[in-house]
Amino acid sequence: MTHTMEPRVSTATAPRAKGSATLIGALIVLALVAAAQAFGFLTSPPDRDMGHLQKIMYVHVPAAWNAFLAFVVVLAGSVMYLWKREEKWDLLAASAAEVAAVLTALTIALGSIWGRPTWGVWWTWDPRLTSTAILLVIIVGYLALRSFVDEPERRARWSAVVGILGALNVPIVYMSVRWWRTLHQPQSSPSTVDPAYAWGLRLNAIAFLLVMIWLVRARYRAARLERISELAAEREALGGRG
Amino acid sequence: MSKRGRRVGMAIAAAAILGTFAYLVYGGIGENLVYFLTPEELMARGDRAYDVPVRLGGQVVPGSVVWNAQAVDLRFAITDGAKTVPVHSSGAPPQMFRDGIGVVVEGRYHRAGVFESTSVMVKHSNEYRAPKHGEKPAEMYRSLTTGSEE
Repeated sequence: MTHTMEPRVSTATAPRAKGSATLIGALIVLALVAAAQAFGFLTSPPDRDMGHLQKIMYVHVPAAWNAFLAFVVVLAGSVMYLWKREEKWDLLAASAAEVAAVLTALTIALGSIWGRPTWGVWWTWDPRLTSTAILLVIIVGYLALRSFVDEPERRARWSAVVGILGALNVPIVYMSVRWWRTLHQPQSSPSTVDPAYAWGLRLNAIAFLLVMIWLVRARYRAARLERISELAAEREALGGRG
Repeated sequence: MSKRGRRVGMAIAAAAILGTFAYLVYGGIGENLVYFLTPEELMARGDRAYDVPVRLGGQVVPGSVVWNAQAVDLRFAITDGAKTVPVHSSGAPPQMFRDGIGVVVEGRYHRAGVFESTSVMVKHSNEYRAPKHGEKPAEMYRSLTTGSEE
């Protein structure tokens, strides 16, 4: 019990090298976001109706798109786990789920900040906002479920089912503005906005995409290390030597 | 549970999920999930239109806006092209509120023939544009509020 962690990892230099590579990666993606934001701010004229509030588009829309993409990774990881029963797919889905939860919450928060001055309200129960709130509840429920179930195989199976359910909600959220009447405007894309705004939107979407990939990757690595140390602790508890 | 039994269970679960999804997409939910009524739909309710909480959506009739900043009193009319409903509100309008823009108002339609609004919300489009010379954005909003169903 006194020396649980110490003898496990023999390659003492590897984690430090990886750590600095991770830090450099983080600085690079953050610099890209800053550059894309600066580009958006410097190149776009004020919108004819909402003036400079249009610039919230450069964070809200990329956050929403990449939240959807993170859900696609959750879906892929969950389906692959149920098919192959390999733990790595479960860990990938769980890592993407955390990022999806953060980006969905960010989308709602930024949308709310945008809605107050433009629509006049922070929130309204229109189909787009309601379905997005359901999406957030499902993915937070997914993360809660994982923390409640201790047995790894069962945890993986149950969360894969919830992950697939959550991802199936994504097309509903996306199409809600076409299928039903909403306060939210239809989907924005480079083709619906003035050419002066299109590149600001594209570049910020790409910058957010890199942040999303970086976060999923970092979280996936951490999840693998957690499992390795869990397994080592189990082995030691069973009386083995390593 | 046997491996075969588990496979069957998973197939049933998958079918149930996909079935629910298909129902949501193609089924009757679209008809029941109405965020706001158009003026024509509100009028078509006849006697049931009055004094019940409802959302009404449409375009602000150009030239109908009367805003008294001292009394914080706002009057305007909403149209969907077919019918027009006069609206009264005792609150400041949102920043983007103006002639011709899309709005959704919450409140009750009174027998006096005026919609008493507790909340005025602006419904704008996804077409962000820098203003051009002599542009008339009002046209665009008509298409936004005359219903988004196919």
